[in-house]
Amino acid sequence: MATDPNPGGLISLLQDIQARYGYLPADQLKAVAQKTGRPLTDVYGVATFYRSFSLKPRGKHLCSVCLGTACHVRGGPIIADEFSRQLDAPAGETTADREFTLETVNCLGACALGPIVVVDGHYFSNVSPVGVKEIVERARAGLDRVEVKTDQRIFPVEVSCARCNHSLMDAEHLVDGHPSIRVTLAFNSVHGHIWLSSLYGSFNVESDHEIPMDTVADFFCPHCHAHLTGSANCPVCETPMVPMIVRGGGIVQICSRRGCRGHILDIGGQVF
Amino acid sequence: MITLSINGLPLTVEPGTTLLEAARFLGIEIPTLCHMDGLTPYGACRLCVVEIGSAPNAKLVSSCTYPAQEGLKVRTGSARVVRARRMILELLLASCPQSKAIQDLASAHDVRRQRFRQEHETCILCGLCVRMCAEQMMAKAIGFRGRGERRSVGTPFDEPSEVCRLCGGCMYVCPACQLRCTFNEPEKAICGGCANLSAPCLEKPGFDDLMCYMAPCAACEIRKD
Repeated sequence: MATDPNPGGLISLLQDIQARYGYLPADQLKAVAQKTGRPLTDVYGVATFYRSFSLKPRGKHLCSVCLGTACHVRGGPIIADEFSRQLDAPAGETTADREFTLETVNCLGACALGPIVVVDGHYFSNVSPVGVKEIVERARAGLDRVEVKTDQRIFPVEVSCARCNHSLMDAEHLVDGHPSIRVTLAFNSVHGHIWLSSLYGSFNVESDHEIPMDTVADFFCPHCHAHLTGSANCPVCETPMVPMIVRGGGIVQICSRRGCRGHILDIGGQVF
Repeated sequence: MITLSINGLPLTVEPGTTLLEAARFLGIEIPTLCHMDGLTPYGACRLCVVEIGSAPNAKLVSSCTYPAQEGLKVRTGSARVVRARRMILELLLASCPQSKAIQDLASAHDVRRQRFRQEHETCILCGLCVRMCAEQMMAKAIGFRGRGERRSVGTPFDEPSEVCRLCGGCMYVCPACQLRCTFNEPEKAICGGCANLSAPCLEKPGFDDLMCYMAPCAACEIRKD
């Protein structure tokens, strides 16, 4: 086959599209062919050649079961069967509710720990058929939730309002098993309470209302009703941050944008 | 200029000449399946295998893609080459036993048995049609899709292609399907698939300027009349 005299990052383009949509829609592939001047057959050939590209919409969670040699002899196929039974979808397919995509891969490079399963980038080693159900349930609940008990770096803070210095802790409402931080919140003419985890490093929250991702909310003290949003901006996304006084000295600032993980903890001039 | 020897015969060729071209220049017959003059060598079928080098380091290469090298000693008919070639033919015959081209080659090389399970594939992935479409017809309407055992030839998304002119060049060069092979002699027809095809000149407007490989074709016969 004649080598292309003008190769131009086709794979990178397709990776960007896949990152945006989760798969490669047909009209996007046609647009790539048109914009880059490449024949559609080349674009389609590359898109179908690589396993990491998918032409079909994928589920929210991606389960990759390793069927490499080591995992295979340690029971990888049984794990794959159990997954497809639990999810009610054959390997390579997406469940009807678009929650899970099950795929088999040929090696994940951790052969000593087989059988290996990777769900949403989290590795599970020495998986047994009995453990499959738990993995599925944890993935459904969201693996990105912080495992509070296992992480020693996470510690609780007690905070108070930066204006009236009343404690914001709510001992009756536990988040992550610790008293939560209760503030009132307003966005898009919605008012309600939000309970933030008092563990620094955990981003779990509970709220009266579902807060859409990327919403920038206003925070108020439940005691003095002062507007808590401060003057500092989030180091991650430049959204104004909400300062709160830490008991024992110091200030913690949290980003007011939902989903942003920009937090600053300043205790006695020492920034964490 | 490069001097090499093929089957002991010395030969001087231009740099960039392939071993196949050099051997054909000497009149030495090397069977090919995926090679066609006017198309880029591809090396898919391995039928043009030859042996290069001397005893302990001798190796088999596909002559259609191997460029001539100074002092190279090439053997096109050694026992090892013949054995390899017959094995390749046996495998090709197993994957596509209905192909007239492969049957003829197998018969010519005295392949009398076929020890592998017959697959009855419709394609041996020789890439002739893909290269024909891209390099001679300048259409690039078909290409390879997928990989491994899922590799196949066809249009993107299996939709009728916008750039295809229905020239029939892909079928003309195909060694496996030979869809147009014996259309006008129904008693010799292998698959009869062509009888269901509509002629491109009736399908595509402005076709008169284009090259057509569909002959013999009923539409042309009608036009003549």
